[in-house]
Amino acid sequence: MKALDKKLWRDLWHMRGQALAIALVVMCGVGTYIMFLSTLGALRATQASYYREYRFAEAFVSLKRAPESLRQRLQDITGIDRVETRVVAPIRLEMPDFPEPVTALMVSLPDDGQQALNALYLREGRLPAPGRGDEVVVSTPFAQAHKLKPGDRFTATLNGRRQPLTLVGTALSPEFVQQLRPGAAFPDYKRYGVMWMGRQALGRAYDLEGAFNDAAFSLLRGADAQSAIDRIDDLLKPYGGLGAYARKDQRSHRFLSEEFQQLGTLASLFPGMFMGIAAFLLNVVISRQVAMQREQIATLKAFGYSNGDVIFHYLKLVAMIAVLGIAGGTALGLWLGKLLSALYMEFYHFPYLIFALHPATFAEAAAATLLAAVAGTLFAVWRAAALRPAQAMRPEPPARYRESVVEQLGLKRWLSQPTRMIIRHLQRRALKSLLTLLGIALACGIILTGLFQRDTVGYMLHVQYGMSQREDISVTFTDPASRRALFDLQGLPGVEHVEVFRAVPVRLRNGQNSYRTAVRGVESGGEIQRLLDADLRTVALPQDGILLTDHLGRILNVKPGDTLEVEVLEGSRPVRETTVVGLVKEYMGVSGYMELAALNRLMREGPVISGAYLSVDSAYLNELFQRFKEMPRVAGVAERVQEIRNFNRVMDETMLFFTYVASIFAAIIAFGVIYNSARIALTERSRELASLRVLGFTRGEISYILLGELGILTILAIPLGLWMGNWMCYYIAHSMQNDLFRVPVILVPATYAFAATVVLVSAIFSGMVVRRRLDRLDLIAVLKTAE
Amino acid sequence: MPAMNQAEPLTPQPRPIFEAHGLTKDYQMGEVLVKALRGVDLELYPGEFVVLLGPSGSGKSTLLNILGGLDTPTTGSVRYRDHDLSVYDDAALTHYRREHVGFVFQFYNLIPSLTARENVALVTEISDNPMTPEEALKLVGLGERMDHFPTQMSGGEQQRVAIARAVAKRPQVLLCDEPTGALDAQTGVLVLDVIARVNQELGTTTAVITHNEVIAGMADRIVHLRDGLVARVERNASKIAASALRW
Repeated sequence: MKALDKKLWRDLWHMRGQALAIALVVMCGVGTYIMFLSTLGALRATQASYYREYRFAEAFVSLKRAPESLRQRLQDITGIDRVETRVVAPIRLEMPDFPEPVTALMVSLPDDGQQALNALYLREGRLPAPGRGDEVVVSTPFAQAHKLKPGDRFTATLNGRRQPLTLVGTALSPEFVQQLRPGAAFPDYKRYGVMWMGRQALGRAYDLEGAFNDAAFSLLRGADAQSAIDRIDDLLKPYGGLGAYARKDQRSHRFLSEEFQQLGTLASLFPGMFMGIAAFLLNVVISRQVAMQREQIATLKAFGYSNGDVIFHYLKLVAMIAVLGIAGGTALGLWLGKLLSALYMEFYHFPYLIFALHPATFAEAAAATLLAAVAGTLFAVWRAAALRPAQAMRPEPPARYRESVVEQLGLKRWLSQPTRMIIRHLQRRALKSLLTLLGIALACGIILTGLFQRDTVGYMLHVQYGMSQREDISVTFTDPASRRALFDLQGLPGVEHVEVFRAVPVRLRNGQNSYRTAVRGVESGGEIQRLLDADLRTVALPQDGILLTDHLGRILNVKPGDTLEVEVLEGSRPVRETTVVGLVKEYMGVSGYMELAALNRLMREGPVISGAYLSVDSAYLNELFQRFKEMPRVAGVAERVQEIRNFNRVMDETMLFFTYVASIFAAIIAFGVIYNSARIALTERSRELASLRVLGFTRGEISYILLGELGILTILAIPLGLWMGNWMCYYIAHSMQNDLFRVPVILVPATYAFAATVVLVSAIFSGMVVRRRLDRLDLIAVLKTAE
Repeated sequence: MPAMNQAEPLTPQPRPIFEAHGLTKDYQMGEVLVKALRGVDLELYPGEFVVLLGPSGSGKSTLLNILGGLDTPTTGSVRYRDHDLSVYDDAALTHYRREHVGFVFQFYNLIPSLTARENVALVTEISDNPMTPEEALKLVGLGERMDHFPTQMSGGEQQRVAIARAVAKRPQVLLCDEPTGALDAQTGVLVLDVIARVNQELGTTTAVITHNEVIAGMADRIVHLRDGLVARVERNASKIAASALRW
């Protein structure tokens, strides 16, 4: 090995503590990047492959009833590849292990077993035998939630008739990756599931023999989806068609794409920020390290090593540290990525997972790190190498110190000499001090970005379920019912208060912009269901017109006073118009709201309701559930507590894992920066401090001079970091807006305190390490050698 | 045909190896402009041992640095044989140092992370016709301590490693800047003896700068510098052996 390479290894070993701290910072940056992107890549690849192999349909439609003979005409539409007609029905279940009401969506399977579209991935057992009306395949997550296995039996209500069913298999379907009860924002596998039954048997139960009420389509490559959808709508209009929609509007798919998009946003923001900060730190730390080797560089040059040799030597040193970090980060990122992907796979119930690190992802992370390292080094080495060796070997001219601003302000007489030294040094090295300050602040800031989502989730829950949707139970009917149903509900045991609502599935349209959602008619002045404005004040429902979720207003590009087209997606599908009268603040979902009577008027119907919100005495819950089971017109019952639990579960399983990892990484980065700053300051100033010791300063006094500087920087960096972190949070929140959520930025004092504490603890620990070294400062040796 | 190679005229006074004319050097030291050299004329001849003597601030280090290609003059010219150093750029100066010059510094400037042997190897690896590091270290009497790190050696030993490092590439010139400045007298004598031996055995033109007049006794010529100018040049009638020096 060449002598210069030996120097490289030994220097690296000598600075191992710092090298490790830098490598850790790099590792966190690279690790986050690879974790996020490999997870996202795995999810997308898995989704695509799953959709392709199990022939997930590209267009969907529900209708009242059409004869099977219409199938051929659907098939003949230009652009349509395959058609699968089917019978789909909401059913109610009585699970032996579970007292609460359970509902499910029953979907028919072709009796010949040839699933042209939306093929099942059979996990256990078999498909129902042809003609058997008592055999069903159940979605795997539902079966798992109820611990069901092939051979188990339970009772279902199909079209008002109770009927025993036998589970013959469990399966997954690309159509129901997310199984969401209508109106729910989150899956709840205990209370809602999907199951499949033979077409003939299900048709018989719903008087749809030789007919269908639902169809799925695949399109020919390059076909115009919208024109095919329009043709389907034309064809099915006489048969009560509810409006065909493309895959992008399919519920499960949309939920998934929103989630992936959110993940994608996180995946582009977090790693970008982490890599950026890691690169910045690497740059600062490396350039200071190299600057300290000024004399060695001069010596090498004196003996005939060229600038190129010297630069290459230091580049190798830096590359080693960077490579260590990249290797560690890649391993860590892959490990976490696999862990996270597995979590997601379980969460989404994908049948399998395609996990691979895309070479480009790795290359990007590695290139960004190396680039930052090289840039930092080049600059510093260049500065040292550009000096004539004679000049580089001379002690640097005495630095131009001045009285500091603080002293000029007249505070001088209160400052001791050591304190003046600290302040003057900070001021003279203003840029360096500023960079260190910025480094610590950035590290402090990213801790906040890791934590803010937890605070935010708490706040969203509080607003959504504590202030806005305050019911204990919501009940939906199978069909719109007369307002008299209110009295039936009021008469139930334990019911304290009832507010009714009307929900109408609609497509809202303003020119080119349209959105499928529901309009809710609610009673004005309600105690349970309240609409809030941006300042969380209750919004009074107008006598006429519609209120929209603010996000929906943005999607549709409407403002109060604009006219909105309302295409009703039930019954005779009338198209009406209404005026936007205001926007309401909602963090979850998007809807339109109207005064109940106004909605009834718009629908040109009598006082009709779709369901009710109840506040109940929890002691009567089980009895209530029992009563609901006996009410055939009750389609579903949702308990608010469960919604909150579901919300928390989804948050825990997905987003919070990221943020948890991110905050740990952020803390490591904070430590890395502070530790390095302290160590470098020690090396830079050990001569000066040793001289002071010789003059009779105590260890404590010189520690004060060195650590006081670090202390001042840390104290200044914390508020700056919290402020910057706040902005980073805003940026993340803003980038993550979608139909499912709008994330507000909420940071509770404890979070600020935590971030500050991490920085302080890092500073104290680093200070202790430096203090130990200061205590062992070799006075004689320091004074004997050249400056 | 061999006669062709000896075409150089044999004159009683050989061609100088260094010729400096009107050298000046200004540099900025903080807020002060230092005029280190104010017009130096100097010639050094092959194989001679020259001591540059002068108080601190007389410009001797600056002169040595310019001769060694570590620095460039502000005005004036300096030639090493056929090379005009005053017009050389950084790359050319680097090449010049690598090919022709060995340095010994007051504070040794050893690379702390390398052993004695490796510090020497650092230079031999980039030279065309070097000694082995072992040879060089034996030359300075450190055959036994080759694998010690700088911190494990005394100042005198470190300076001898520095000399071994300087001469290992068989340079034409050896430039020593206060080589004994950081050493006690006894060790200093030892180091000077090594330098003298290198000068005699290898025929290396040697320039030593010092403010210690005693050392002047071992030189062929003594150049006195004062305030950035050559005050006078003396020729030693009889050289004293380094080992006989006392201060």
